[in-house]
Amino acid sequence: MKKFNKIFTVLVYIFLYAPILVLIVFSFNSTKSTIDFTGFTLKWYRELFTRPDLLKLLMNTLIIAVIASVVSTVLGTMAAVGISSMKRRSRSMVLTATNIPMTNPDIVTGVSLALLFVFAGTFLRINDVFGFWTLLIAHITFCLPYVILSVLPKIKQMDKNLTDAALDLGCTPTQSFFKIMLPEILPGIISGATMAFTLSLDDFVISYFVYGASFSTLPIEIYSYTKKPMPPTVFVLFTIMFTVIFLLLFFMNMAEYKKSKKKKIDL
Amino acid sequence: MRTKTKFLAVPYLLWMTIFIIAPLLFVAYFAFTDSAGNFSFQNIIKLGDYIPVFITSIWLGAVAAFLCLIIAYPVAYFIANTSEKWQKFLIMLIMLPMCMSFLLRTIAWVSLLSDNGIINNTLTAIGLSPLPLIRNNGAVILGMVYNYLPFMIMPLYTVLVKMDSSVINAARDLGANSFQVFRRVILPMSLPGIVTGITMVFVPAVSTFYISRKLGNTSLTMIGDVIESQFKTAYNPNLGAAMSLGLMVLIFICMGIMNRFSKDEEDILL
Repeated sequence: MKKFNKIFTVLVYIFLYAPILVLIVFSFNSTKSTIDFTGFTLKWYRELFTRPDLLKLLMNTLIIAVIASVVSTVLGTMAAVGISSMKRRSRSMVLTATNIPMTNPDIVTGVSLALLFVFAGTFLRINDVFGFWTLLIAHITFCLPYVILSVLPKIKQMDKNLTDAALDLGCTPTQSFFKIMLPEILPGIISGATMAFTLSLDDFVISYFVYGASFSTLPIEIYSYTKKPMPPTVFVLFTIMFTVIFLLLFFMNMAEYKKSKKKKIDL
Repeated sequence: MRTKTKFLAVPYLLWMTIFIIAPLLFVAYFAFTDSAGNFSFQNIIKLGDYIPVFITSIWLGAVAAFLCLIIAYPVAYFIANTSEKWQKFLIMLIMLPMCMSFLLRTIAWVSLLSDNGIINNTLTAIGLSPLPLIRNNGAVILGMVYNYLPFMIMPLYTVLVKMDSSVINAARDLGANSFQVFRRVILPMSLPGIVTGITMVFVPAVSTFYISRKLGNTSLTMIGDVIESQFKTAYNPNLGAAMSLGLMVLIFICMGIMNRFSKDEEDILL
Protein backbone atom coordinates (compact mmCIF):
# COMPACT_ATOMS: atom_id res chain seq x y z
CA MET A 1 0.00 0.00 0.00
CA LYS A 2 2.76 2.36 0.95
CA LYS A 3 4.67 1.53 -2.20
CA PHE A 4 1.57 2.16 -4.31
CA ASN A 5 1.16 5.54 -2.62
CA LYS A 6 4.75 6.46 -3.38
CA ILE A 7 4.55 5.53 -7.06
CA PHE A 8 1.20 7.27 -7.37
CA THR A 9 2.56 10.46 -5.79
CA VAL A 10 5.53 10.46 -8.17
CA LEU A 11 3.13 10.08 -11.12
CA VAL A 12 1.01 13.01 -9.89
CA TYR A 13 4.11 15.19 -9.63
CA ILE A 14 5.06 14.25 -13.18
CA PHE A 15 1.52 15.17 -14.26
CA LEU A 16 1.83 18.56 -12.50
CA TYR A 17 5.21 19.37 -14.01
CA ALA A 18 4.89 17.93 -17.54
CA PRO A 19 3.27 21.08 -19.03
CA ILE A 20 5.78 23.30 -17.22
CA LEU A 21 8.60 21.23 -18.69
CA VAL A 22 7.05 21.60 -22.16
CA LEU A 23 7.01 25.40 -21.78
CA ILE A 24 10.62 25.49 -20.59
CA VAL A 25 11.83 23.19 -23.40
CA PHE A 26 10.10 25.27 -26.06
CA SER A 27 11.67 28.49 -24.80
CA PHE A 28 14.90 27.00 -26.24
CA ASN A 29 13.34 25.90 -29.54
CA SER A 30 14.91 27.29 -32.72
CA THR A 31 11.54 27.70 -34.49
CA LYS A 32 8.26 29.13 -33.26
CA SER A 33 6.63 25.68 -33.24
CA THR A 34 5.33 24.47 -29.89
CA ILE A 35 5.10 20.89 -31.14
CA ASP A 36 8.37 19.97 -32.88
CA PHE A 37 11.65 20.65 -31.16
CA THR A 38 13.89 21.57 -34.08
CA GLY A 39 17.06 22.63 -32.33
CA PHE A 40 18.51 24.40 -29.33
CA THR A 41 18.83 28.19 -29.36
CA LEU A 42 19.12 31.10 -26.98
CA LYS A 43 17.92 33.67 -29.48
CA TRP A 44 14.51 34.15 -27.81
CA TYR A 45 16.29 34.99 -24.59
CA ARG A 46 18.19 37.70 -26.42
CA GLU A 47 15.04 38.83 -28.19
CA LEU A 48 13.12 39.23 -24.92
CA PHE A 49 15.42 42.05 -23.88
CA THR A 50 15.00 43.79 -27.23
CA ARG A 51 11.22 43.68 -26.90
CA PRO A 52 10.16 46.54 -24.67
CA ASP A 53 6.46 45.65 -25.02
CA LEU A 54 6.69 42.40 -23.05
CA LEU A 55 9.03 43.90 -20.45
CA LYS A 56 6.65 46.81 -20.04
CA LEU A 57 3.75 44.41 -19.43
CA LEU A 58 5.85 42.53 -16.90
CA MET A 59 6.63 45.84 -15.21
CA ASN A 60 2.90 46.74 -15.13
CA THR A 61 2.08 43.36 -13.61
CA LEU A 62 4.75 43.79 -10.94
CA ILE A 63 3.67 47.37 -10.14
CA ILE A 64 0.08 46.27 -9.58
CA ALA A 65 1.17 43.23 -7.56
CA VAL A 66 3.49 45.25 -5.30
CA ILE A 67 1.05 48.10 -4.63
CA ALA A 68 -1.94 45.77 -4.23
CA SER A 69 -0.12 43.48 -1.81
CA VAL A 70 1.27 46.37 0.27
CA VAL A 71 -2.08 48.19 0.51
CA SER A 72 -4.06 45.02 1.19
CA THR A 73 -1.54 43.91 3.83
CA VAL A 74 -1.74 47.21 5.71
CA LEU A 75 -5.52 47.53 5.41
CA GLY A 76 -6.05 43.84 6.08
CA THR A 77 -3.84 43.76 9.18
CA MET A 78 -5.59 46.82 10.58
CA ALA A 79 -8.92 45.20 9.81
CA ALA A 80 -7.90 41.94 11.47
CA VAL A 81 -6.86 43.77 14.65
CA GLY A 82 -10.14 45.69 14.59
CA ILE A 83 -12.28 42.65 13.85
CA SER A 84 -10.69 40.65 16.68
CA SER A 85 -11.83 43.25 19.21
CA MET A 86 -15.39 43.40 17.88
CA LYS A 87 -18.36 41.86 19.61
CA ARG A 88 -19.23 38.37 18.49
CA ARG A 89 -22.24 39.30 16.43
CA SER A 90 -20.73 42.10 14.39
CA ARG A 91 -17.56 40.05 13.98
CA SER A 92 -19.40 37.14 12.41
CA MET A 93 -21.25 39.55 10.13
CA VAL A 94 -18.01 41.14 8.91
CA LEU A 95 -16.39 37.74 8.44
CA THR A 96 -19.33 36.51 6.37
CA ALA A 97 -18.92 39.52 4.07
CA THR A 98 -15.15 38.91 3.97
CA ASN A 99 -15.80 35.39 2.74
CA ILE A 100 -17.87 36.58 -0.23
CA PRO A 101 -14.99 37.24 -2.66
CA MET A 102 -13.37 33.96 -1.65
CA THR A 103 -16.40 31.77 -2.28
CA ASN A 104 -17.74 33.74 -5.21
CA PRO A 105 -16.35 32.64 -8.58
CA ASP A 106 -13.73 35.05 -9.92
CA ILE A 107 -15.84 35.76 -12.96
CA VAL A 108 -18.68 37.07 -10.79
CA THR A 109 -16.30 39.26 -8.78
CA GLY A 110 -14.86 40.63 -12.04
CA VAL A 111 -18.24 41.27 -13.61
CA SER A 112 -19.67 42.91 -10.49
CA LEU A 113 -16.69 45.27 -10.18
CA ALA A 114 -16.94 46.10 -13.89
CA LEU A 115 -20.60 47.09 -13.42
CA LEU A 116 -19.65 49.30 -10.45
CA PHE A 117 -16.85 50.96 -12.40
CA VAL A 118 -19.08 51.65 -15.40
CA PHE A 119 -21.61 53.26 -13.08
CA ALA A 120 -18.91 55.29 -11.30
CA GLY A 121 -17.54 56.32 -14.71
CA THR A 122 -20.84 57.72 -15.93
CA PHE A 123 -21.56 59.23 -12.52
CA LEU A 124 -18.21 61.02 -12.29
CA ARG A 125 -18.17 61.74 -16.03
CA ILE A 126 -14.88 59.95 -16.62
CA ASN A 127 -14.59 59.06 -20.27
CA ASP A 128 -12.61 55.84 -20.12
CA VAL A 129 -12.84 54.60 -16.58
CA PHE A 130 -11.00 51.30 -17.11
CA GLY A 131 -7.26 51.43 -16.60
CA PHE A 132 -4.64 51.44 -13.88
CA TRP A 133 -6.94 52.49 -11.04
CA THR A 134 -9.73 50.02 -11.72
CA LEU A 135 -7.19 47.23 -12.00
CA LEU A 136 -5.50 48.24 -8.75
CA ILE A 137 -8.78 48.55 -6.84
CA ALA A 138 -9.91 45.14 -8.08
CA HIS A 139 -6.63 43.52 -7.06
CA ILE A 140 -6.69 45.08 -3.59
CA THR A 141 -10.29 43.90 -3.19
CA PHE A 142 -9.60 40.26 -3.95
CA CYS A 143 -6.34 40.22 -1.92
CA LEU A 144 -7.82 41.70 1.28
CA PRO A 145 -9.75 38.60 2.49
CA TYR A 146 -6.65 36.41 2.18
CA VAL A 147 -4.61 38.81 4.32
CA ILE A 148 -7.34 39.11 6.96
CA LEU A 149 -7.91 35.37 7.17
CA SER A 150 -4.21 34.64 7.59
CA VAL A 151 -3.66 37.36 10.24
CA LEU A 152 -6.81 36.70 12.34
CA PRO A 153 -5.80 33.25 13.64
CA LYS A 154 -2.45 34.63 14.80
CA ILE A 155 -4.22 37.34 16.81
CA LYS A 156 -6.50 34.71 18.32
CA GLN A 157 -3.51 32.57 19.35
CA MET A 158 -1.86 35.54 21.04
CA ASP A 159 -1.94 35.95 24.80
CA LYS A 160 -4.25 38.94 25.39
CA ASN A 161 -2.56 39.64 28.74
CA LEU A 162 0.65 40.63 26.98
CA THR A 163 -0.81 43.78 25.42
CA ASP A 164 -2.66 44.58 28.65
CA ALA A 165 0.60 44.24 30.58
CA ALA A 166 2.37 46.53 28.14
CA LEU A 167 -0.37 49.11 28.55
CA ASP A 168 -0.25 48.82 32.34
CA LEU A 169 3.50 49.37 32.23
CA GLY A 170 2.97 52.66 30.45
CA CYS A 171 3.15 51.82 26.75
CA THR A 172 0.93 53.87 24.49
CA PRO A 173 -1.48 51.74 22.41
CA THR A 174 0.68 52.42 19.35
CA GLN A 175 3.83 51.30 21.15
CA SER A 176 2.12 48.19 22.44
CA PHE A 177 1.01 47.35 18.90
CA PHE A 178 4.46 47.73 17.35
CA LYS A 179 6.42 46.22 20.25
CA ILE A 180 4.14 43.44 21.42
CA MET A 181 1.50 42.53 18.90
CA LEU A 182 3.34 43.00 15.61
CA PRO A 183 6.19 40.55 16.32
CA GLU A 184 3.63 37.96 17.45
CA ILE A 185 1.41 38.19 14.38
CA LEU A 186 4.21 38.81 11.86
CA PRO A 187 4.21 35.25 10.43
CA GLY A 188 0.51 35.67 9.58
CA ILE A 189 1.15 39.06 7.99
CA ILE A 190 4.02 37.70 5.91
CA SER A 191 2.06 34.70 4.67
CA GLY A 192 -0.90 36.95 3.87
CA ALA A 193 1.30 39.39 1.96
CA THR A 194 2.98 36.58 0.00
CA MET A 195 -0.37 35.12 -0.90
CA ALA A 196 -1.67 38.53 -1.99
CA PHE A 197 1.40 39.09 -4.14
CA THR A 198 1.25 35.75 -5.94
CA LEU A 199 -2.52 35.98 -6.42
CA SER A 200 -2.19 39.43 -7.93
CA LEU A 201 0.72 38.39 -10.14
CA ASP A 202 -1.17 35.55 -11.77
CA ASP A 203 -4.73 36.91 -11.77
CA PHE A 204 -6.38 36.80 -15.14
CA VAL A 205 -10.13 36.36 -14.76
CA ILE A 206 -10.88 39.42 -12.60
CA SER A 207 -8.32 41.63 -14.39
CA TYR A 208 -9.84 40.70 -17.73
CA PHE A 209 -13.12 42.42 -16.83
CA VAL A 210 -11.64 45.59 -15.32
CA TYR A 211 -8.57 46.38 -17.44
CA GLY A 212 -8.50 49.15 -19.99
CA ALA A 213 -6.59 49.81 -23.19
CA SER A 214 -4.38 52.26 -21.31
CA PHE A 215 -3.02 49.75 -18.82
CA SER A 216 -2.73 46.02 -19.32
CA THR A 217 -0.93 43.14 -17.60
CA LEU A 218 0.93 40.03 -18.69
CA PRO A 219 -1.88 37.49 -18.18
CA ILE A 220 -4.22 39.63 -20.29
CA GLU A 221 -1.62 39.81 -23.05
CA ILE A 222 -1.14 36.04 -22.89
CA TYR A 223 -4.91 35.57 -23.24
CA SER A 224 -4.93 37.75 -26.35
CA TYR A 225 -2.69 35.19 -28.09
CA THR A 226 -5.74 32.99 -28.53
CA LYS A 227 -6.08 34.45 -31.98
CA LYS A 228 -2.47 35.28 -32.90
CA PRO A 229 0.43 32.80 -32.52
CA MET A 230 2.33 32.86 -29.25
CA PRO A 231 5.85 34.29 -29.55
CA PRO A 232 8.48 32.07 -27.84
CA THR A 233 9.63 35.11 -25.85
CA VAL A 234 6.57 34.52 -23.64
CA PHE A 235 7.94 31.06 -22.82
CA VAL A 236 11.29 32.66 -22.06
CA LEU A 237 9.62 34.98 -19.58
CA PHE A 238 7.79 32.00 -18.08
CA THR A 239 11.04 30.05 -17.71
CA ILE A 240 12.79 32.97 -16.02
CA MET A 241 9.88 33.58 -13.65
CA PHE A 242 9.64 29.87 -12.85
CA THR A 243 13.34 29.73 -12.00
CA VAL A 244 13.17 32.84 -9.82
CA ILE A 245 10.09 31.67 -7.89
CA PHE A 246 11.49 28.16 -7.52
CA LEU A 247 14.77 29.43 -6.06
CA LEU A 248 12.95 31.89 -3.81
CA LEU A 249 10.63 29.24 -2.39
CA PHE A 250 13.47 26.77 -2.09
CA PHE A 251 15.73 29.05 -0.06
CA MET A 252 12.84 30.31 2.06
CA ASN A 253 12.02 26.70 2.90
CA MET A 254 15.66 25.88 3.64
CA ALA A 255 15.96 28.86 5.97
CA GLU A 256 12.74 27.98 7.76
CA TYR A 257 13.76 24.35 8.11
CA LYS A 258 17.14 25.26 9.56
CA LYS A 259 15.49 27.67 11.98
CA SER A 260 12.95 25.09 13.18
CA LYS A 261 15.70 22.49 13.56
CA LYS A 262 17.79 24.88 15.63
CA LYS A 263 14.79 25.68 17.81
CA LYS A 264 14.32 21.98 18.51
CA ILE A 265 17.93 21.60 19.59
CA ASP A 266 17.68 24.66 21.80
CA LEU A 267 14.65 23.23 23.53
CA MET B 1 -8.33 49.98 24.35
CA ARG B 2 -10.92 47.49 23.20
CA THR B 3 -13.29 50.12 21.90
CA LYS B 4 -10.51 52.06 20.20
CA THR B 5 -8.91 49.20 18.28
CA LYS B 6 -12.31 48.40 16.82
CA PHE B 7 -12.04 51.52 14.67
CA LEU B 8 -8.97 50.12 12.91
CA ALA B 9 -11.40 48.04 10.87
CA VAL B 10 -13.28 51.10 9.61
CA PRO B 11 -11.22 51.67 6.42
CA TYR B 12 -11.68 48.03 5.53
CA LEU B 13 -15.40 48.14 6.26
CA LEU B 14 -15.77 51.13 3.95
CA TRP B 15 -13.72 49.40 1.24
CA MET B 16 -15.77 46.24 1.61
CA THR B 17 -19.08 48.09 1.39
CA ILE B 18 -18.07 49.94 -1.77
CA PHE B 19 -16.14 47.23 -3.59
CA ILE B 20 -17.74 43.98 -2.42
CA ILE B 21 -21.32 44.65 -1.33
CA ALA B 22 -22.23 47.46 -3.74
CA PRO B 23 -20.98 45.59 -6.87
CA LEU B 24 -23.16 42.62 -5.95
CA LEU B 25 -26.16 44.93 -5.65
CA PHE B 26 -25.32 46.17 -9.14
CA VAL B 27 -25.38 42.59 -10.39
CA ALA B 28 -28.85 42.14 -8.86
CA TYR B 29 -29.98 45.49 -10.29
CA PHE B 30 -28.83 44.65 -13.82
CA ALA B 31 -30.31 41.17 -13.60
CA PHE B 32 -33.77 42.57 -12.87
CA THR B 33 -33.81 45.43 -15.39
CA ASP B 34 -33.86 45.67 -19.19
CA SER B 35 -31.38 47.63 -21.28
CA ALA B 36 -33.45 50.81 -20.76
CA GLY B 37 -33.27 50.43 -16.99
CA ASN B 38 -36.88 49.39 -16.39
CA PHE B 39 -37.73 46.65 -13.95
CA SER B 40 -38.20 43.39 -15.78
CA PHE B 41 -38.05 39.63 -15.39
CA GLN B 42 -37.03 39.01 -18.99
CA ASN B 43 -33.41 38.18 -18.17
CA ILE B 44 -34.36 35.76 -15.43
CA ILE B 45 -36.91 34.10 -17.72
CA LYS B 46 -34.25 33.91 -20.43
CA LEU B 47 -32.08 31.86 -18.05
CA GLY B 48 -34.48 29.00 -18.82
CA ASP B 49 -32.86 28.73 -22.26
CA TYR B 50 -29.52 28.15 -20.59
CA ILE B 51 -30.52 25.24 -18.38
CA PRO B 52 -28.48 22.78 -20.53
CA VAL B 53 -25.47 25.09 -20.13
CA PHE B 54 -25.89 25.05 -16.36
CA ILE B 55 -26.24 21.26 -16.33
CA THR B 56 -23.12 20.74 -18.48
CA SER B 57 -21.09 23.08 -16.27
CA ILE B 58 -22.23 21.44 -13.04
CA TRP B 59 -21.53 17.99 -14.48
CA LEU B 60 -18.00 18.88 -15.66
CA GLY B 61 -17.18 20.72 -12.43
CA ALA B 62 -18.51 17.87 -10.27
CA VAL B 63 -16.55 15.22 -12.18
CA ALA B 64 -13.39 17.34 -11.95
CA ALA B 65 -13.88 17.86 -8.19
CA PHE B 66 -14.48 14.14 -7.65
CA LEU B 67 -11.40 13.13 -9.67
CA CYS B 68 -9.32 15.70 -7.83
CA LEU B 69 -10.42 14.20 -4.52
CA ILE B 70 -9.54 10.65 -5.61
CA ILE B 71 -6.15 11.72 -6.96
CA ALA B 72 -5.30 14.17 -4.18
CA TYR B 73 -6.10 11.93 -1.22
CA PRO B 74 -3.29 9.38 -1.64
CA VAL B 75 -0.84 12.18 -2.48
CA ALA B 76 -1.78 14.27 0.56
CA TYR B 77 -1.67 11.15 2.73
CA PHE B 78 1.77 10.24 1.45
CA ILE B 79 3.14 13.76 1.98
CA ALA B 80 1.66 13.98 5.49
CA ASN B 81 3.43 10.77 6.47
CA THR B 82 6.93 11.54 5.22
CA SER B 83 9.66 13.19 7.28
CA GLU B 84 9.36 16.89 8.05
CA LYS B 85 12.11 17.82 5.63
CA TRP B 86 10.45 16.02 2.73
CA GLN B 87 7.02 17.42 3.67
CA LYS B 88 8.27 20.97 3.31
CA PHE B 89 9.90 20.24 -0.03
CA LEU B 90 6.97 18.30 -1.47
CA ILE B 91 4.44 20.94 -0.38
CA MET B 92 6.61 23.60 -1.97
CA LEU B 93 6.50 21.63 -5.23
CA ILE B 94 2.69 21.48 -4.99
CA MET B 95 2.42 25.23 -4.47
CA LEU B 96 4.93 26.18 -7.15
CA PRO B 97 2.64 25.51 -10.15
CA MET B 98 -0.07 27.59 -8.44
CA CYS B 99 2.24 30.60 -8.70
CA MET B 100 2.77 30.15 -12.43
CA SER B 101 0.49 31.45 -15.16
CA PHE B 102 -2.44 29.04 -15.51
CA LEU B 103 -3.07 30.37 -19.02
CA LEU B 104 0.36 29.27 -20.22
CA ARG B 105 0.12 25.92 -18.46
CA THR B 106 -3.19 25.30 -20.20
CA ILE B 107 -1.62 26.26 -23.54
CA ALA B 108 1.10 23.68 -22.83
CA TRP B 109 -1.65 21.05 -22.59
CA VAL B 110 -2.89 22.13 -26.01
CA SER B 111 0.50 21.42 -27.53
CA LEU B 112 0.68 18.12 -25.65
CA LEU B 113 -2.82 16.90 -26.61
CA SER B 114 -3.58 18.34 -30.04
CA ASP B 115 -4.10 16.05 -33.05
CA ASN B 116 -0.53 16.48 -34.25
CA GLY B 117 0.75 17.37 -30.78
CA ILE B 118 3.56 15.90 -28.74
CA ILE B 119 1.69 12.85 -27.43
CA ASN B 120 0.11 11.93 -30.78
CA ASN B 121 3.40 12.47 -32.64
CA THR B 122 5.08 10.10 -30.20
CA LEU B 123 2.30 7.56 -30.68
CA THR B 124 2.63 7.65 -34.47
CA ALA B 125 6.41 7.49 -34.21
CA ILE B 126 6.24 4.20 -32.33
CA GLY B 127 3.67 2.86 -34.76
CA LEU B 128 0.42 3.37 -32.87
CA SER B 129 -2.59 5.22 -34.21
CA PRO B 130 -3.12 8.75 -32.91
CA LEU B 131 -5.89 9.36 -30.37
CA PRO B 132 -8.52 12.11 -30.29
CA LEU B 133 -7.18 13.75 -27.15
CA ILE B 134 -8.35 17.33 -27.52
CA ARG B 135 -11.64 19.12 -28.28
CA ASN B 136 -13.72 16.85 -26.07
CA ASN B 137 -15.10 16.92 -22.52
CA GLY B 138 -12.37 14.58 -21.32
CA ALA B 139 -9.75 17.19 -22.23
CA VAL B 140 -11.74 19.88 -20.39
CA ILE B 141 -11.93 17.71 -17.26
CA LEU B 142 -8.21 16.97 -17.56
CA GLY B 143 -7.50 20.70 -17.76
CA MET B 144 -9.64 21.35 -14.68
CA VAL B 145 -8.07 18.53 -12.67
CA TYR B 146 -4.61 19.71 -13.66
CA ASN B 147 -5.23 23.36 -12.78
CA TYR B 148 -7.11 22.85 -9.53
CA LEU B 149 -5.49 19.70 -8.10
CA PRO B 150 -3.19 21.71 -5.75
CA PHE B 151 -6.31 23.36 -4.26
CA MET B 152 -7.45 19.89 -3.21
CA ILE B 153 -4.07 18.59 -2.03
CA MET B 154 -3.37 21.57 0.25
CA PRO B 155 -6.45 21.41 2.55
CA LEU B 156 -6.28 17.59 2.66
CA TYR B 157 -2.62 17.74 3.64
CA THR B 158 -3.42 20.32 6.34
CA VAL B 159 -5.98 18.06 8.06
CA LEU B 160 -4.03 14.84 7.55
CA VAL B 161 -0.79 16.20 8.97
CA LYS B 162 -2.55 17.37 12.13
CA MET B 163 -4.14 13.98 12.69
CA ASP B 164 -3.18 12.37 15.96
CA SER B 165 -1.44 9.09 15.11
CA SER B 166 -2.30 7.64 18.53
CA VAL B 167 -5.98 7.58 17.51
CA ILE B 168 -5.08 5.47 14.48
CA ASN B 169 -2.90 3.20 16.62
CA ALA B 170 -5.72 2.86 19.12
CA ALA B 171 -8.10 1.79 16.37
CA ARG B 172 -5.54 -0.79 15.19
CA ASP B 173 -5.02 -2.09 18.71
CA LEU B 174 -8.77 -2.48 19.10
CA GLY B 175 -8.76 -4.79 16.10
CA ALA B 176 -9.70 -2.59 13.14
CA ASN B 177 -8.18 -3.63 9.82
CA SER B 178 -6.61 -1.09 7.45
CA PHE B 179 -9.85 -0.51 5.57
CA GLN B 180 -11.83 -0.03 8.78
CA VAL B 181 -9.20 2.37 10.15
CA PHE B 182 -9.48 4.41 6.98
CA ARG B 183 -13.29 4.30 6.77
CA ARG B 184 -14.05 4.85 10.46
CA VAL B 185 -11.15 7.00 11.66
CA ILE B 186 -9.05 8.71 9.00
CA LEU B 187 -11.84 9.58 6.55
CA PRO B 188 -14.25 11.17 9.06
CA MET B 189 -11.43 13.15 10.65
CA SER B 190 -10.33 14.51 7.27
CA LEU B 191 -13.86 15.55 6.31
CA PRO B 192 -13.31 19.30 6.85
CA GLY B 193 -10.37 19.14 4.42
CA ILE B 194 -12.47 17.25 1.87
CA VAL B 195 -15.25 19.83 2.05
CA THR B 196 -12.82 22.76 1.66
CA GLY B 197 -11.02 21.00 -1.18
CA ILE B 198 -14.19 20.22 -3.12
CA THR B 199 -15.33 23.83 -2.73
CA MET B 200 -12.00 25.19 -3.91
CA VAL B 201 -12.02 22.95 -6.99
CA PHE B 202 -15.70 23.04 -7.88
CA VAL B 203 -16.21 26.82 -7.75
CA PRO B 204 -13.46 27.82 -10.22
CA ALA B 205 -14.08 24.73 -12.38
CA VAL B 206 -17.81 25.33 -12.80
CA SER B 207 -17.26 28.98 -13.75
CA THR B 208 -14.24 28.64 -16.05
CA PHE B 209 -14.26 29.89 -19.62
CA TYR B 210 -10.62 29.65 -20.56
CA ILE B 211 -10.16 25.89 -20.10
CA SER B 212 -13.35 25.08 -22.02
CA ARG B 213 -12.32 27.34 -24.90
CA LYS B 214 -8.78 26.02 -25.16
CA LEU B 215 -9.39 22.31 -24.64
CA GLY B 216 -13.11 21.75 -25.22
CA ASN B 217 -15.18 21.06 -28.30
CA THR B 218 -16.22 24.22 -30.14
CA SER B 219 -19.85 23.36 -29.42
CA LEU B 220 -19.22 23.23 -25.66
CA THR B 221 -20.65 26.24 -23.83
CA MET B 222 -20.18 26.71 -20.11
CA ILE B 223 -21.71 29.28 -17.75
CA GLY B 224 -18.45 31.27 -17.80
CA ASP B 225 -18.46 31.36 -21.62
CA VAL B 226 -21.95 32.87 -21.66
CA ILE B 227 -21.12 35.50 -19.02
CA GLU B 228 -17.87 36.43 -20.75
CA SER B 229 -19.50 36.81 -24.16
CA GLN B 230 -22.40 38.87 -22.78
CA PHE B 231 -19.95 41.36 -21.33
CA LYS B 232 -17.20 41.31 -23.93
CA THR B 233 -18.75 40.64 -27.34
CA ALA B 234 -22.56 40.40 -27.35
CA TYR B 235 -22.75 43.32 -24.95
CA ASN B 236 -25.87 42.44 -23.04
CA PRO B 237 -24.79 43.10 -19.45
CA ASN B 238 -28.33 42.52 -18.20
CA LEU B 239 -28.33 38.91 -19.35
CA GLY B 240 -24.72 38.55 -18.19
CA ALA B 241 -25.69 39.81 -14.75
CA ALA B 242 -28.65 37.41 -14.64
CA MET B 243 -26.30 34.53 -15.52
CA SER B 244 -23.89 35.65 -12.77
CA LEU B 245 -26.74 35.76 -10.30
CA GLY B 246 -27.78 32.28 -11.40
CA LEU B 247 -24.21 31.05 -10.94
CA MET B 248 -24.03 32.54 -7.45
CA VAL B 249 -27.33 30.97 -6.42
CA LEU B 250 -26.21 27.64 -7.88
CA ILE B 251 -22.96 27.66 -5.93
CA PHE B 252 -24.78 28.74 -2.79
CA ILE B 253 -27.14 25.75 -3.14
CA CYS B 254 -24.27 23.32 -3.83
CA MET B 255 -22.36 24.55 -0.79
CA GLY B 256 -25.49 24.25 1.33
CA ILE B 257 -26.06 20.66 0.23
CA MET B 258 -22.42 19.77 0.85
CA ASN B 259 -22.27 21.34 4.30
CA ARG B 260 -25.48 19.54 5.21
CA PHE B 261 -24.09 16.27 3.92
CA SER B 262 -20.80 16.66 5.73
CA LYS B 263 -22.57 17.47 8.98
CA ASP B 264 -24.80 14.41 8.72
CA GLU B 265 -21.80 12.25 7.96
CA GLU B 266 -19.97 13.60 10.99
CA ASP B 267 -23.01 12.94 13.16
CA ILE B 268 -23.23 9.35 12.01
CA LEU B 269 -19.57 8.56 12.25
CA LEU B 270 -18.56 10.35 15.39
